Amino acid sequence: MDDLRMESRSAGLQPSPVQTAPSGQSVEAGPTPILRSGRRDLLDLDDFSPEEITGLLDSAEGMSEVLSRDVRKTPALRGKTIITLFYEASTRTRVSFEQAGKILSADVINVTTEASSVKKGESLLNTVLTLQAMQVDAIVMRHPHSGAPYLVAHHVDAAVINAGDGTHAHPTQALLDMFTIRRHIGAIAGKRVAIVGDILHSRVARSNMHGLSKMGAQIVVCGPPTLLPMGFEPGRIVPEGHPFEGVNVAASADEACEGADVVMALRIQKERQDSGRLPSMREYSTVWGINSKRLALAKPGALLMHPGPMNEGVEISSDVAHGVQSVIREQVQNGVAMRMAVLYALCAVKREGGGG
Amino acid sequence: MNTMSNLAILGGRVIDPAQNVDRPAAVLIKDGRVEEITARPLSKGPEGYEVIDAAGLIVAPGFIDLHCHLREPGSEHKETIATGTAAAARGGFTTVCAMANTDPCPDNAAVVGDLLRRIERDAAVRVLPIGAITLGRRGEHLAPMAELAASGVVAFSDDGDPVMDPDVMRHALSYATGLRGVVHGAQRRLPIINHAEDRGLSRDGQMHDGAVAARLGLAGIPGEAEVAMVARDIHLAELTGGRLHIPHVSTRRAVEHVRAAKARGLHVTAEATPHHLTLTDVWAYGLHGETPHGLSLAAYDTNTKVSPPLRSQDDVDAVTGALADGTIDAIATDHAPHAMTDKVCTYHEAAKGINCLETAFAQVMSLVLGGRIALPALIERMSAAPARVLGLGLGSLKRGWPADLVFIDHDAEWTVDAGLFASKARNTPLDGVGLRGRVMATICAGRVVFDARAGLALPRPGNPRRAGDSSGGRT
Repeated sequence: MDDLRMESRSAGLQPSPVQTAPSGQSVEAGPTPILRSGRRDLLDLDDFSPEEITGLLDSAEGMSEVLSRDVRKTPALRGKTIITLFYEASTRTRVSFEQAGKILSADVINVTTEASSVKKGESLLNTVLTLQAMQVDAIVMRHPHSGAPYLVAHHVDAAVINAGDGTHAHPTQALLDMFTIRRHIGAIAGKRVAIVGDILHSRVARSNMHGLSKMGAQIVVCGPPTLLPMGFEPGRIVPEGHPFEGVNVAASADEACEGADVVMALRIQKERQDSGRLPSMREYSTVWGINSKRLALAKPGALLMHPGPMNEGVEISSDVAHGVQSVIREQVQNGVAMRMAVLYALCAVKREGGGG
Repeated sequence: MNTMSNLAILGGRVIDPAQNVDRPAAVLIKDGRVEEITARPLSKGPEGYEVIDAAGLIVAPGFIDLHCHLREPGSEHKETIATGTAAAARGGFTTVCAMANTDPCPDNAAVVGDLLRRIERDAAVRVLPIGAITLGRRGEHLAPMAELAASGVVAFSDDGDPVMDPDVMRHALSYATGLRGVVHGAQRRLPIINHAEDRGLSRDGQMHDGAVAARLGLAGIPGEAEVAMVARDIHLAELTGGRLHIPHVSTRRAVEHVRAAKARGLHVTAEATPHHLTLTDVWAYGLHGETPHGLSLAAYDTNTKVSPPLRSQDDVDAVTGALADGTIDAIATDHAPHAMTDKVCTYHEAAKGINCLETAFAQVMSLVLGGRIALPALIERMSAAPARVLGLGLGSLKRGWPADLVFIDHDAEWTVDAGLFASKARNTPLDGVGLRGRVMATICAGRVVFDARAGLALPRPGNPRRAGDSSGGRT
């Protein structure tokens, strides 16, 4: 199924300026910039223009072509060093970045907090300053505290790529989600995207709300009122002046799914039940879980997405998670291409003021 | 400096709200006490008086801070009595109340006695200690409050740790009704100051529960965490006849509770900080109150993390209105110095607190410039009013009272440079912000303790001896 989709999409897409780069363009000359000048980091999508986002999505198309080759290797980032610094357990995101970097020929060093000086009590800032002293080009970081990558970016020259910070942002997930949407149903503008679940604690939801709204999508969110951010009231549009103004907050999961082009289910954490925000996982599943009945309310052929890892039978039922409308495994696959595009855009360009 | 000069302060506009004075006048100081405010301006000082030229300046009673953290003993890397009171002097404060969250905890006379000796040795201005309500500030068992009262504390507080158990709070309010303070001789009641925060509602919150928290992905602290506690404490004060003072009010609804309590005739007082009077949660974006389209690297400004958190504009408006109408009695700084390592970290890890003493007056001067409160009223909220809250014979230029004065240039424009603070710490969200209104000099008990122009004619003396009063009270 995934392969068929791969075939169909490679056909009609315009090559982006950097598509030529992976096949051997000189890094010294530098690629045509996708990102605005002076952009050093990817911390969230809220400060990206639609053109920059489109540029990254186009570039990821080129990267996925590299991924489909027999020899999946390009010298684009040869001689560059990328650190993945993860303060939270992660498999897919870390491996995805590592693979993306390696395919681009960068040297990728994985630092996990379990086996590092962090265990000895070293502060985040001292850890990254130490890494900085080793002349790294990019730091891909995940941290349980919202805003941690902003602190790091403020103090290091290396490009900082946010791979998830607390309950704030997860921009590469939002990019790969948009990439996946675009590949299947074309332009994002005007599409109705329903995001269902724990909006309050979801960095995926936040980054997607920023990214999708910049690209002109119509966003509908839904979740238990105890798991909605301040200013989100069921049955209302988030009011003007709010950072997420214009987001439609549906009164029920059914209402959210109705007529949607994309239904995105979010992971629900067991600790929400423990902290008293949810009576039980069973009740959550009944009222907000995405199942075949709810998905049937969406447009025919609507996409079903999930950032993973899934709690099957809780926020998403097994039949739809593995059904024909699911693009969940493809999201993972697209993640590699998307992260290649991000690493390339931020590392290949010679940077002002050293570091690069 | 052993001999104290007699001073004639000439040419200034004297504002002493407690005496309803606001006019050009001279102030004569003899033996560390106010001799008189002359009826008319003098052209030269009397024989034997050193002249201080206050032309173009406002001369007012020195400010009194009901709530500051000097960190000594226990956290001398953040602040000491010497640096904290130097900062106070630069801010125009001549009396500060030292909050009880030191280590060891001032829950017995021995610790208070040690504190008073340190104060005597190091303080640049008068420092009055606050004792703990409960042993170890754990909220479980009453501290020996009578012993503490006799040792010289001016109030009781467990500082940032609210007394969560309502029964303990009830008994604290009740027990303290029989106690009287000893400092400054006056017979006066000692208030219970309870940090108004229901921990069950604030939980792991990092900032005000509003749109900014929604955007930054930080756990929110609803205003109701404060409101619920203020309401509870007011009812317990009513039940016991206790003397309650509510620190750092930050919400509209808490203001309403205080207003209603006063209307019922309860002896409840309240304070607000310069930051809760002037800053909102939007400052967490790190752009001095601007809301960005996309977050900048300045976002998650840990210098805005404070307890209670910076609230909404609606709350700020309500607190400001309450200050103007007297519902909130006094301005208190909640000066909370922190080391760099406490603030150069993630917002979640950052310590709570704002370094405030040296910016306080100029911050609230913006309320005068904005037409929210008259300058004499503002000065009253920083001098006579806090003195009244504690029943102190301070905060006015009455004949015979300690000569505590501040000199203000209300037009001076300046830019905050935390690097120049006398405080050991730099944690202010106002670094680089332009302010108007500046403290130019401070006199505490007749001695010049700060002089921005270094031109007030007097040599800088050694530290005045300050726990009670150089010129009376405790000796």
